[in-house]
Amino acid sequence: MKTVRIGSGAGYAGDRIEPAVELATHGSLDYLVFECLAERTIALAQEARAKDPSRGFDPMLERRLEAVLPACRERGVTIVTNMGAANPASAGACARELAQRLGCLGLTIATVSGDDVYDVVMAGDFTVAETGGPVSALKDRLISANAYIGAEPIVRALSQGAQLVITGRAADPSLFVAPLVHSFGWQPDEWAELGRATLVGHLLECAGQVTGGYFADPGRKDVDDLERLGFPIAEVPEHGPVIITKVSGTGGLVTEATCKEQLLYEIHDPSAYVTPDTVADFSRVTVTDVGHDRVAVAGATGRARPDVLKVSLGYRDGYIGEGQISYAGSGAVRRARLAAAVARDRLERSGISRSDLRCDLIGVSALHGEGISAAAMDPYEVRVRVAARAASREAAQRIGDEVETLYTNGPAGGGGATRSVREVVAIASTFIPRALVPCTVRVEVAS
Amino acid sequence: MKLWRIAHARSGDKGTISNISLIAFRSADYARLARHVTAARVRERFADLVTGEVRRYELPSIGALNFVLHGMADGGVTRTLALDAHGKSLSSALLDMEIPDDEMTRADGTDSETDRPLGGGSRRTGDANRS
Repeated sequence: MKTVRIGSGAGYAGDRIEPAVELATHGSLDYLVFECLAERTIALAQEARAKDPSRGFDPMLERRLEAVLPACRERGVTIVTNMGAANPASAGACARELAQRLGCLGLTIATVSGDDVYDVVMAGDFTVAETGGPVSALKDRLISANAYIGAEPIVRALSQGAQLVITGRAADPSLFVAPLVHSFGWQPDEWAELGRATLVGHLLECAGQVTGGYFADPGRKDVDDLERLGFPIAEVPEHGPVIITKVSGTGGLVTEATCKEQLLYEIHDPSAYVTPDTVADFSRVTVTDVGHDRVAVAGATGRARPDVLKVSLGYRDGYIGEGQISYAGSGAVRRARLAAAVARDRLERSGISRSDLRCDLIGVSALHGEGISAAAMDPYEVRVRVAARAASREAAQRIGDEVETLYTNGPAGGGGATRSVREVVAIASTFIPRALVPCTVRVEVAS
Repeated sequence: MKLWRIAHARSGDKGTISNISLIAFRSADYARLARHVTAARVRERFADLVTGEVRRYELPSIGALNFVLHGMADGGVTRTLALDAHGKSLSSALLDMEIPDDEMTRADGTDSETDRPLGGGSRRTGDANRS
């Protein structure tokens, strides 16, 4: 029975490159997938494209492809990625130039576009899911509106012989679903198979998170050679259990525990994981060790896909200014609390920030608040963090300034003050009918 | 007994909703998790951080519970002022939660003084392929 081998070469835009090279070279792969788009990444990419129409795709695209393209070409591995971000066409042009430079002549490159629905949502009557207000009310604050598209246009690209497929906002698991649909010739309404393929995509889309990354807890959950963490491979037969594994000799581990943690990662109702391709059901999945770094996963299924597609909206939402300063030794926590109170009072008096201001004691209670942290003992050192929202960059600058002044105007022994300001690009969502998102596939050959 | 002795966990976010999985190391301990780690107890544990409801999903086939925390205070990952914007550290707070010690079976000889979980954290014991 035919088995398709898919590797996951990146779990986010900034991920390590070496594991993808190991996969391309030693993974005996049919497909290598790079999932590089987080919710906010596409909004930032749209801003980059607005400044320079030839940009707006993943800035690491060239470096990643250069590292794996020769090995993939030599071994017949097809690459699928959403590194096209806000500009798949320019990403395709960049890839074509790279292929020419590397001597990969004849490489068939497909770009998928159509996920950018900015004009559609601004012109239509759509509601922001998080606030209930109309999308059009975001007006010039709206930076980006990209629909999560599914496997279908990627399958179209593969059926036209593409060896490198570059998309924009394709849903993460769809990048993995498409090669399986293409390989096995599944129909668009074979929901059970699509649900099963979606589980493969979900387990692999965060790359190292299923092979021992984000897992180690020394003494409780040990991971060997974490520094050489390898990325995952799925061995997928047309029907039946899927094997999750990795290249032998790499660091990390694939066990029932690593697979279970990733199975539920960012999942809400396990019986209704909504994607553009299907509503997948993971509620009766089984996970079984079947060998060293080999785990069998079975039991996923799916139901009919939704009629609407989710749209990720990126919009400007003011600025956040922040300052930090450290205190040490006995009484450090008392001095840190005094410092935070002083900075808060000064910022409120000056009118910079009256409501949206937050003071944390890093090392004491910054992550989960005073309630959970109350029983912990006093630490040797503590860092005060003051963060507040402001309408302008200038106002946000004042937040950190008011922490820095704690040197000469605050409690004893403050040190290591730092300041920062960042513009907030917030994300919301809306839903639009599938018919409003026609996708186009463009195929070119590097020559 | 702290939860980390019999379970592991991972948390993630989607907008203003966080989820925390809680997975028994040994399938025999799933029933204890299901009995003691209720949605109400998790809601209480994260009372400072969650404004909405906590919903619990049960996955007996993998010995796991999935907690979905609605209405994370501060508006979610992209606009929050919080240090851990994604709420990725929530799993550690859940694992430090106490559950009753009553049915404790230390038959495997695990010493309560050592910092080892009862289920074994990495490879399944008896993995014959382990070199």
